[in-house]
Amino acid sequence: MTPQKLVLHWLKGRLSAADLAWLEEKSTLLATGAADKDVYTAYSSALRHSGKAPLELAPADLDSAQAASPGWDPSDWTCEQAARVALLLALPPGSKSSQLMDRVYQTADVGEAVALQKAIAVLGHPEGHMARARDGIRSNIQSVFEAVTVRNPYPAMHFDALGWNQMVTKTFFVGVPLHLVVGLDRRVNPDLARILNDLAHERWAADRPFSPELWRCVGPHADARALEDLKKVLNTGTPLEQRAAALALHASPRTEAARIIYTHPELAEAAQTGALTWERLYDGE
Amino acid sequence: MANNPKRYIDPHIHMVSRTTDDYTAMAAAGIVAVIEPAFWVGQPRTELGTFKDYFSSIVGFERFRASQFGIKHYCTIGLNSKEANNEALAEEVMDLIPRFAGKEGVVAIGEIGFDEMTAAEEKYFRIQLDMAKELDLPVMIHTPHRNKKVGTSRSMDICIEHGLSPARVVIDHNNEETAKEVLDRGFWTAFTIYPKTKMGNKRMVDIARRYGSERIIADSSADWGISDALAVPKTANLMLEEGIPEATVNAICYGNAILAYGQSGQFNEKDWLDMVRPDLTQEFAGNSLLRGGGPENPDLSRLIV
Ligand SMILES: [Zn+2]
Repeated sequence: MTPQKLVLHWLKGRLSAADLAWLEEKSTLLATGAADKDVYTAYSSALRHSGKAPLELAPADLDSAQAASPGWDPSDWTCEQAARVALLLALPPGSKSSQLMDRVYQTADVGEAVALQKAIAVLGHPEGHMARARDGIRSNIQSVFEAVTVRNPYPAMHFDALGWNQMVTKTFFVGVPLHLVVGLDRRVNPDLARILNDLAHERWAADRPFSPELWRCVGPHADARALEDLKKVLNTGTPLEQRAAALALHASPRTEAARIIYTHPELAEAAQTGALTWERLYDGE
Repeated sequence: MANNPKRYIDPHIHMVSRTTDDYTAMAAAGIVAVIEPAFWVGQPRTELGTFKDYFSSIVGFERFRASQFGIKHYCTIGLNSKEANNEALAEEVMDLIPRFAGKEGVVAIGEIGFDEMTAAEEKYFRIQLDMAKELDLPVMIHTPHRNKKVGTSRSMDICIEHGLSPARVVIDHNNEETAKEVLDRGFWTAFTIYPKTKMGNKRMVDIARRYGSERIIADSSADWGISDALAVPKTANLMLEEGIPEATVNAICYGNAILAYGQSGQFNEKDWLDMVRPDLTQEFAGNSLLRGGGPENPDLSRLIV
């Protein structure tokens, strides 16, 4: 099933027949060429027909999402977002539509901006959404930033290193859990490792805490300074920080890393066997 | 409408001009929801794009800013009377308004009305009244500072002429001179507590004593000028102290705003009662919506920042 059919299918059980009919009618209108004004008002009015209830998709629905579009994870979507995305998916993919979406985004309220950013996970013509997605990363509105960053495959698939590193680094400033970022381990790089290692030093100097998930991006590209830092965290950190250090060291290809981690055999083994993972880092906290 | 613990609504305040200290103090004083009417920003706008970005900010960033303090932010959309006098620009703004008026949390067309009572002001006032009717939204009317009595009467006449029900129109910035006519004609009657130029809150106590609470609303209209973002809770406290019944105070400072603007379908008590309120005392919660911890504490005795 196409993403659009899938979204409408999910809404079928959740919207009244009249509201669904409205959405289908507007989708057809947008697919066949509507005036800008009609797109703006349809996109804005969608909420009045959808409500804001969570979609609460079943595991089978999430599998269908993955099958329809790789990396698509609508597990936290609401009916509002689904309805708005259905309209965006109706627009014929191409630069004309993505420019129209830019204009919708310019005057978007918070809920509209969030749905637009979540939509890039499934919209065609990905290059047409780049500037808007990068703009979402600059947003100080938490929910807009999270719409790009969390459970959204677009950044890992399409951002260049500068944009990607900026996004990942900002998660530590605004408090987005790193394990919700899609494609993280695929996109680690030496620059990002250095930027985040610098950030750790800044926070230590200021005596301010930071999420130990930071070490996840440092481990695979750890240099001599990073290994020293990880050794320190492994020996003197809180249990949570120690687990993070162990995982980071485990991900380093350097033999020195292996030597450090084996000073804590139980953590080394947990990382080795998969009993300890980044996803389970906070278990027991 | 039960109201315990004390909750207040400021149904007219220009938060884009206020600081985070104001938000902190407002939340602490019990303000749970605000309405930000689109208005003049002090410096006249000369480009359509400035209007567009201003409207976007009151449905976007300002909404987010308020949410950080547990305050639900709503707005009205409209072309104010002063800037209606730039006709070429006003004409373009008319095309922009429908693009915003249907958005979430837009509770009225406003604030519109008269400033100098020029022909241009009247023209765009009338166009926007028709829009409100078509969009099925309430209207918030700004009454002029100068020639207020005539301006207020005339504003109501024009609303009636355009077929608007007084029950869907809020006339704002009233005083002792205008109150009776506005109430008698069935319009919502709002009073701006604005120490120097409009109403002081002692005068508001007298209004409550004289007229009770039916269709009466208090607001701060706090903006970029000298004004008080806590005017509504302060007025409520003063009224209680002066022996105004609690139900009257509750209606004037909370309940009536819900009745008036709730007619938009966009202003529901449930929105703020269900709102997740941030713990403003939290220093670090893996969640620094509030960069670096909580809002700045204006308490000078707390020296460590
Ligand atoms: Zn005002």
